[in-house]
Amino acid sequence: MFKIAKENLSALFSKIAENNELILPVKVANQTNFGYWSEEADVDLDTLKTVKSAKDAFFPQSENLYTCTKEDKKIKITPEELQSQNFVVFGMKACDIKGVEVLDKVFLADPVDTFYAARRAHGTIVALACHEPEETCFCKVFGTDCADPVADVATWMIDGELYWKAITEKGEALTKAVESLLVNADEAKVEEEKAAIRAIVEKLPYSDLSLEGWNGDVLMEKFDSPVWEELYKPCLACGTCTFVCPTCQCYDIKDYDTGHGVQRYRCWDSCMYSDFTMMAHGNNRTSQMQRFRQRFMHKLVYFPANNDGMYSCVGCGRCVDKCPSSLNIVKVIKAFENQGGNE
Amino acid sequence: MQELVNRAKELLADGTVVRVLGWKAGDLPYNPEPAYFTSAEELDNFVYNGFCGANLSKYMIEASKLEGKTMVCLKPCDTYSFNQLIKEHRVDREKAYIVGVGCKGKLNIDKIKEKGIKGIQSISGAEMSDACDTLTIQTLYGEKTCSYAEAMLERCHVCKGKEHMIYDEIIGESKDTKDAERFAEVERIEAMSPEEKFAFFRNELSKCIRCNACRNVCPACSCRKCVFDSTKFDTAQKANVDSFEEKMFHIIRAFHVAGRCTDCGECSRVCPQGIPLHLFNRKFIKDINEFYGEFQAGADSEARGPLTNFTFEDCEPSIVTERR
Repeated sequence: MFKIAKENLSALFSKIAENNELILPVKVANQTNFGYWSEEADVDLDTLKTVKSAKDAFFPQSENLYTCTKEDKKIKITPEELQSQNFVVFGMKACDIKGVEVLDKVFLADPVDTFYAARRAHGTIVALACHEPEETCFCKVFGTDCADPVADVATWMIDGELYWKAITEKGEALTKAVESLLVNADEAKVEEEKAAIRAIVEKLPYSDLSLEGWNGDVLMEKFDSPVWEELYKPCLACGTCTFVCPTCQCYDIKDYDTGHGVQRYRCWDSCMYSDFTMMAHGNNRTSQMQRFRQRFMHKLVYFPANNDGMYSCVGCGRCVDKCPSSLNIVKVIKAFENQGGNE
Repeated sequence: MQELVNRAKELLADGTVVRVLGWKAGDLPYNPEPAYFTSAEELDNFVYNGFCGANLSKYMIEASKLEGKTMVCLKPCDTYSFNQLIKEHRVDREKAYIVGVGCKGKLNIDKIKEKGIKGIQSISGAEMSDACDTLTIQTLYGEKTCSYAEAMLERCHVCKGKEHMIYDEIIGESKDTKDAERFAEVERIEAMSPEEKFAFFRNELSKCIRCNACRNVCPACSCRKCVFDSTKFDTAQKANVDSFEEKMFHIIRAFHVAGRCTDCGECSRVCPQGIPLHLFNRKFIKDINEFYGEFQAGADSEARGPLTNFTFEDCEPSIVTERR
């Protein structure tokens, strides 16, 4: 266990950035999102939740796949290069790290997504424990301990000092690279901090949320429930919930006419959108009720059915914070509990 | 609030309306959601407090297609949107029983959280019956207070007034909460150099995640199919292909609603990235006021808008004016 004073963090970031791209929470125009570090960046480790999750670091909202250009009468196809530069994501919270586990199930399963796999191979995650969890958090429901995040390195911010503990080989390597800036520390303060965080988590309003009745075996029963018809109504059909979500992984592939060529890119898609999964035969889901149902069925039924019971919600609570109509997955789970949708 | 619930029950019972469109209590102290109620029992969950910011006018587009009348709760500023929707033939006046609800300014939970208030367990002082001076907030990290005015939505600081522009009856008292100049921020940006302006908007708009919440909540954006949703159009909605595109989306949208935007502020309320989108619209409103005379979209449901009402006396902004 090591530690470093908060005022030395910029030296730490410079050191990390010598050999890595560094991605961490940066404040731009009053909002904190994960972004690239630079000397000028306004690094913000105090905001508990970035607006978007850290998902972009491994699965960016928009990325080129290849570019076609015309050369005389031939078309030249240039594939996008895979990530080859090592990078560090600093300050990820336990829920977002669990989100990456969910993405791994999708993108590292056969056939492997090479773009994603390259990023996972070159990325090192430095986790930050959640100093003061908030009322919208419910990671505990999914078995995550935000007091003791598991990543390549785990860190805790306690009284102006960052405590640092390497967990994996990648983490050891990063620690070695920055160890000139770290000093030895004992674990007593970290243990105290963990206990304090866990005590707060126990008191969070959503910590006792029950997932009973949600699993991979209840497909038709949940799908056919009349509860959806009531629940979806305030939904504006925007994509906020899907775009701030650390686990939503659906994407679309599109061509962009650059005027002298074509960029084929992929970008996040949202099951809330009317043209989602639009194909030659038409549209899979023609009403907003169906689209709304899809999102929650995917998180709580389809995903566990295909991934040994693993839910694809991690309880980060961003949708709770951000839905313009104040809808969210917690309200859906509770509605089924209260209105007999589980029968 | 009880008066509202009682009246809603009466209107349902005597058959005046078949449903009520209002807000349902949330599971946190600050997250009520827009909801339909069809029975007295359901109305037990009805809530109306400082966090009921959502403008329900737009929901009336869908409600107008349903059988029977809907009782809709509209705050003074929401009624401008409703008028504008009547003008554009997007809602059916006959299908709406409008209860103008009192408003003393609506709250923005983000403003409260920006003050470092977190772990919120309960909030008092946000009820409509309260004086609306101070919010007392119980949190996991101790009791906090916050002035009501400081926690208000931006739009409430430039309140259009406490009058409802259209209603069948009014329940509850309203308060004019204006304490700032409507165009002050626009003027501040106008005074910037082109480079500063560009940097300001690039900084703000680079946060855009193309979630379309601003468009989908906007009562002026009522096209059945948005051009940005078309699969046959190059500007697909889902991603910013380059750094210019997020600007283009918002600028096109601002042009499209120019002269029709009532400045209801919903776009800025719902933006997950806190982009002050209303500034685009407000710039257009300011220009229209200067070019064609003062105009407030939605002040009535008949007057022709300045951009759809040609006269020979119209000014010709841009190069033509300079040539004359």
